[in-house]
Amino acid sequence: MSQVDKFERILSTEDFQKDVVYEGVSFWKDVYLRFIENRGAVIGMILIAIITFMAFFGPMMNEHSYKSKVDNHINLPPRIPVIEKLGIFDGERSGKNVYVEKGLDDVYYWFGTDNLGRDLWTRTWVGTRVSIYIAMLAVVIDMFIGMGYGLISGYVGGNVDNVMQRFIEILSGIPNLVIVTLFVIVLNPGILSISLALVITGWIGMSRVVRSQVLKLKELDFILASKTMGASTGMLLMQDLLPNIFGQVIIMSMFSVPNAIFYESFLAFIGLGLQPPLASLGVLINDGYKSILVYPHIILPPVIVLALLMLSFNLLADGLRDSFDPKMKQH
Amino acid sequence: MKEKILDVKDLCVNFKTHNGNVQAIRGASFDLYKGETLAIVGESGSGKSVTTKVLMGILAKNGEIASGEALYKGVDLCKLTKKQFVAFRGKEIAMIFQDPMTSLNPTMTIGKQIKEAVLEHTKLKRHDAKLRTLELIELVGITNPEERYRQYPHQLSGGMRQRVVIAIALACEPKILIADEPTTALDVTIQSQILELIKSLQKQIGLSIIFITHDLGVVANMADRVAVMYAGKIIEYGTVEEIFMSPAQPYTWGLLASVPDMANKDIDLYSIPGAPPNLLYPPKGDAFALRSEYALKIDFEEEPPLFKITDTHYAATWLLDERAPKVEMPESLKKRAQAMAKEALAYGSK
Amino acid sequence: MIKYIGRRLAIAIVTLLTILTLLFVLLEFMPGSPFNDEKLSDSQKEILYEKYGLDQPLPVRYKTFMINVITKGDFGVSYAIEKNAEVSKIIDKRLPLSIRFGLQALILGSVVGVILASIAALNRNTIWDTMTTAFSVLGISIPSYVFALGLSYFLGYKLTKATGVSYFPMTFDLYKPFKSSILPTIALSMFVIATVARFMRTELVEVLGSDYVLLAEAKGLNSKKIIFRHAMRNALIPVVTVLGPLTVSLMTGSLVIERVFGIPGIGDLLVTAISVNDFNIIIAVSFYYSIFYILMQLFIDILYGIIDPRIRVSKGGQS
Repeated sequence: MSQVDKFERILSTEDFQKDVVYEGVSFWKDVYLRFIENRGAVIGMILIAIITFMAFFGPMMNEHSYKSKVDNHINLPPRIPVIEKLGIFDGERSGKNVYVEKGLDDVYYWFGTDNLGRDLWTRTWVGTRVSIYIAMLAVVIDMFIGMGYGLISGYVGGNVDNVMQRFIEILSGIPNLVIVTLFVIVLNPGILSISLALVITGWIGMSRVVRSQVLKLKELDFILASKTMGASTGMLLMQDLLPNIFGQVIIMSMFSVPNAIFYESFLAFIGLGLQPPLASLGVLINDGYKSILVYPHIILPPVIVLALLMLSFNLLADGLRDSFDPKMKQH
Repeated sequence: MKEKILDVKDLCVNFKTHNGNVQAIRGASFDLYKGETLAIVGESGSGKSVTTKVLMGILAKNGEIASGEALYKGVDLCKLTKKQFVAFRGKEIAMIFQDPMTSLNPTMTIGKQIKEAVLEHTKLKRHDAKLRTLELIELVGITNPEERYRQYPHQLSGGMRQRVVIAIALACEPKILIADEPTTALDVTIQSQILELIKSLQKQIGLSIIFITHDLGVVANMADRVAVMYAGKIIEYGTVEEIFMSPAQPYTWGLLASVPDMANKDIDLYSIPGAPPNLLYPPKGDAFALRSEYALKIDFEEEPPLFKITDTHYAATWLLDERAPKVEMPESLKKRAQAMAKEALAYGSK
Repeated sequence: MIKYIGRRLAIAIVTLLTILTLLFVLLEFMPGSPFNDEKLSDSQKEILYEKYGLDQPLPVRYKTFMINVITKGDFGVSYAIEKNAEVSKIIDKRLPLSIRFGLQALILGSVVGVILASIAALNRNTIWDTMTTAFSVLGISIPSYVFALGLSYFLGYKLTKATGVSYFPMTFDLYKPFKSSILPTIALSMFVIATVARFMRTELVEVLGSDYVLLAEAKGLNSKKIIFRHAMRNALIPVVTVLGPLTVSLMTGSLVIERVFGIPGIGDLLVTAISVNDFNIIIAVSFYYSIFYILMQLFIDILYGIIDPRIRVSKGGQS
């Protein structure tokens, strides 16, 4: 190309004046990418998956049931085949192999047994089921009651909102502990009273978040535009409002899960939750606590599972928050 | 020739982001004379705000100055450490921000926020500092200084708050004032009040002002010289008359033509087609060529240098090369630009 | 400001009355209350009924109950724990201890939490930040009673066994009030530290990136002044909100801490009362917990007003 040619004008302008479209990333894909990059959140999710899997299938992995008591098998330390050859989990306590001493050469309790001779492996995973159930219940309550209440209160507004908010104000003035206590004495300790107490108190935070989001969104132009174009209330809710608050809802419900799990285990620990022989992590920790000075192995499995489960949900919730709200993410 | 107070040469700034390195400023050069107002004009994302942050030493943590220098009184501001910058910030160079609603501390009284700046840079005792603060409040045109002194930001209107921000900027008698779109967030009537205030303060104190804006009406009103910024570069600069009456860069033409013309309402509003380039992947050659009606082949291969038009007027476009075909600004645009320039210049004549 | 506090007070009073009414209703219809015991003969029941005024019509009983509670703090007598002792006396003995531990934990936790958050926010993305974040995630993930058990096992039991000296007693001892309260206070404050640190760090990071901090920087203030004069106060405002939930967690925490460390407080009392169905005590303790919570919320609202002029001073005018 000669020097002069270079200075030729490009008159067929259309080729060049197109808007350049850069490869954009959609909102959800962006959220996904950020989430995948968050190591903590991914680890949390994997751990939750593993623990859930074990809760369902762990109890089937050996022949012991969660309530069968064997008198000769009380307070046995953990013993796992193959690994015992490495010198750990070999059923030894104070230098002696308890299993061999009792003549139980072919018996293996992977996590050991408790003071009634029940298998801790099975009991731990059966107990974990309760926590998983509570976790799911908390999410369901948040999603339905909390979101519904917040949506109605925020969307309808006016006097309805006023009454609903005063109700919440009074309800949230009563400490959770008191509500749970009252349920426990009316309904007797058990999974039902815990569930009901969760239903009564678990949704308040979520409804507040949803309401404030709805109030904020209601004023935005795109909602007004939909409204003026004649969208029905249902359509407005489904198409404009919900997708925009969904991120917040997911984050909130993930944060309420560890809280609910903690509450159940806490109540069980102080004797107001599930009653033995039923197992929940709190019940097991309470059992282990009674003999912690002599047989510390009993308390370890439920404590570790409980801490990991709550840690995982917290990590997951943190990760989701950072993925949905990149402003909070620091480079 | 007036005294040069600030000389920025070939400034390059990069931001490390999630997606890669954004080259926010790609070799910007300009200077500032004592007592003048230099307007830096450009679309959002053109790098004008980043330039001011460099001069204030408040670049975000992920930003880094890749090369270039900014000489102030013989000191290169680009090479100062955070600690060394404290001596310049506020004392020599002060800044007014875009949004007065968020730039004041909500939990501190107006008086304290101004007095804090006074105490920081002068040797005044507490009582004298308070008197000086009241003086400043009055200077920026706020009545009842005693009462305002004790009020919190949320008790003032946006215009008032911007006056307070200006008072803070003036507290230590800086030599250079950087105004980053100081009126964008305000109502039109308040806008002109604030602009008048800045102009009268400049006359009283003899400030040099760097005025960042995307509003050409404001530029004609305020500036002595104009620098047009596009995609991290200064593509044209000259006196305000030169830029308005005989602009040379097609981008400047587009900017001028896209200002709404109140006198001739029947002419359609012009808008520059396309969007500014993504500075993650800066384009080769002339960054504006893709959106320009007057693009040459060479624009896609080589970056144009700054061509000298007059002693004060420079522009970066291959159209000014002697080998290039003669291209005139289209007649319709020309008329509009000149009509608007005349109006604005008449309004802004000092 | 007066209107604001008045509104808060009104809500607090309504809440309290609601709770009292709820407690009364429960007392009336409690399935296992001693008055409904089938082993009692009719004449015995009558005597009991008369003694406690239960032969009166419902509205009268409601009135008596409310007046007794509100004016005298009178919840009747204990049925099981200390037979026929006045509930208010039992609680009076135990209350100060619970309040003391609660306050100790709240203060220790808040101070340590704020310090940790500041270290993390000011050294963002350094090892300090990562460590604080990890610590606070662990702190809110591990239940307070697990902490309590861990502390008492390792520091209280193992350390004593290993060294032969009891640095940290495993159980609370009224005669060694300081030494023996170290472990329970730490255990109880763990959650407070973690929550405050987590929340405050986020706020501080946000405030440090705000326009007014930028302006403060542009004024030429050094970073110490920016942090203490401009950032801290504004970052603390939202942190005040978490004090409410923290109070609740301190209450639940106190139940287990008192149990694990053998502290004779009202948390321990509540657990015992529930296990032996001592209703008057359950109701009284529930009532005290509610009062604490409501007072705390009131205190938070007022604190808000004090540190945030946007609430204290109305727009446009003087305060």
